[in-house]
Amino acid sequence: MNQFASFPVLLPLIGGIVILLSQRAGIGMQRLLNLGFTLLLLLLTGWGLQQSLSGDYQVILLGDWQAPFGIVMVLDRLSALMLFITALLASAALWYAINTDTDKQGHHFHVLFQIQLFGLNGAFMTGDLFNLFVFFEVLLLASYGLLLHGGGRLRTRAGLHYVVINLVGSTLFLFAVGTLYGMLGTLNIADMAMAVQSVAAEDRGVVTAAALLLLVVFGIKAAMFPLYMWLPNAYAYTTAPVAALFAIMTKVGLYSMIRVHGTIFGESAGDLAFVHSNWILVLGLITLVLAALGVMAARIFRQQVAYLILASVATLLIAIGINSQAALSATLYYLIHSTFIGGALFLLADVIRVARGTHADTFTKSTPVDQPILVGGVFMLLAIAISGMPPLSGFFGKMMILNAAIVHNWFWAILIVILLAGLMMIVALARTGSLLFYSVQAEPEKPAPALNKAAFAAIIMLLVTSPLMVLLAKPLTGFTEATAAQQTDHRSYIDAVLSRQPVTEVSK
Amino acid sequence: MEWLIAAVIAVMTGCGVFLTLRARTFPVVMGLTLLAYAVNVFLFTMGRLQIGLPPVIDKAASGYTDPLPQALVLTAIVIAFGMTSFLIVLALKARSELGNDHVDGMHKSADERHASAHKKQQQSTEELSK
Repeated sequence: MNQFASFPVLLPLIGGIVILLSQRAGIGMQRLLNLGFTLLLLLLTGWGLQQSLSGDYQVILLGDWQAPFGIVMVLDRLSALMLFITALLASAALWYAINTDTDKQGHHFHVLFQIQLFGLNGAFMTGDLFNLFVFFEVLLLASYGLLLHGGGRLRTRAGLHYVVINLVGSTLFLFAVGTLYGMLGTLNIADMAMAVQSVAAEDRGVVTAAALLLLVVFGIKAAMFPLYMWLPNAYAYTTAPVAALFAIMTKVGLYSMIRVHGTIFGESAGDLAFVHSNWILVLGLITLVLAALGVMAARIFRQQVAYLILASVATLLIAIGINSQAALSATLYYLIHSTFIGGALFLLADVIRVARGTHADTFTKSTPVDQPILVGGVFMLLAIAISGMPPLSGFFGKMMILNAAIVHNWFWAILIVILLAGLMMIVALARTGSLLFYSVQAEPEKPAPALNKAAFAAIIMLLVTSPLMVLLAKPLTGFTEATAAQQTDHRSYIDAVLSRQPVTEVSK
Repeated sequence: MEWLIAAVIAVMTGCGVFLTLRARTFPVVMGLTLLAYAVNVFLFTMGRLQIGLPPVIDKAASGYTDPLPQALVLTAIVIAFGMTSFLIVLALKARSELGNDHVDGMHKSADERHASAHKKQQQSTEELSK
């Protein structure tokens, strides 16, 4: 029973291998297999989420070695939630990729797609810091391939920057992991949370340095100021389904901050408690200001969407930096919302780009898109959701974050930055909407290509999550509150991981 | 010996950072490789420096060295090796697609320089004709 919990990691790996072996069967077979594996993963993660509702920790000892000697996988509410939204986003992105023939632009799209999911799911489930590094590398290597899928000058240039900064990030990760191991003598997250309580006074500086170095690494993944420069170009110039899937990639960094820093440097860490929180808050505020300016300054719609993703990451950083249980609950609500809406926006940007021919998604006068009411309506709803206006989920997410911030010392700074950034995004998106849909040539040279309805369904599917999150706000916030409570209850996490006994007793 | 190891790590890291900040892709690749070497030695020393002690259980041994960093270094070496080879291929791809080996690809290739010079010439002749 317990071993089933490891399937979300194993299934994409097996899927990737099977699809690689079926290379000769043609693209149709690969699509079918990839769709099958992704939908199976969706079902499995849905089941995992349902299992996690009980509040139990599912701890899997790899190789049946007891923690902290062996590597553990832990499935709790937070991990199960991340796995489920990854699978849902991946299904939509894959559906779009298949219906627009994006996967035919290069080789091995489907293999890389599954390996990407393998890396993501592994990172969300692992309970070991070095294992987290390994899964980061797996997901990064797959993301390099996906980012460069299709080729092209701008894509190659953005890809080169992305690869180099992530290699630097990996090196820093190893430095941080090495230092923490040298100081604490363990790499199991639960065991590290125990060891950090008894760090000698003279070693605290070194441990703090390692903790902040780790924050830099997760900051690169999450695109935190000043480490976000790679994101706008990398996301703007890759293919749409990949950019949509990457909406979850920045969240890996945020998840790691919640999991690693939240658990190890939590309130039980004595003098080292919350060494990271103020850094995250300040850098989050700066990131949000710069992201809002980027949204206003962007010259093409895809780049604007990339800055919108950055703004949502910054809002989440602020919420994590507020550092309370209510703020964590709000973080999770906003995280679900921003992942789906960000993914949908990248797909919509691609629909608009294709429909406008040579004008692509620049803000110039062009032929009107096919079915402007449908596409424009979806654009308006997505803009409302991402900029945080009522009645869609972005508004409720931001309101919960601000509500949690009231008790914080810096409430006014947080309030002003979030609201001003929201206003700037509304203005910029209103301008984008009028330029793309109203300011069109009266007599088009040639009619726009017909809307790809099957692909558009993926955008509708992601969009529908937003009103659903509002309608089901009560049970959903109940779940996020329980998740936040479980995440801040370090004692039971440590107990669950360290007390888990191997299945077979060692024969004496 | 601590000083020697620390100096080795420091020099390799310093060179690695310097090379990574260069403007051409080849020094960047070299810099990342040096950084990877530095971090491997660093990881290795995190199990504390021991000489002549076995990492696995041995009845005759007087003490043990920490086996975990050795396993970590092995993993890190394999990953760094794979990543470096990927980066080299990508740098070659960028060299052929962007026409030069600048990390921003900002300097134009010979063909483009020719084309833009030609365009400029045309513009100036047009202005003259006006």
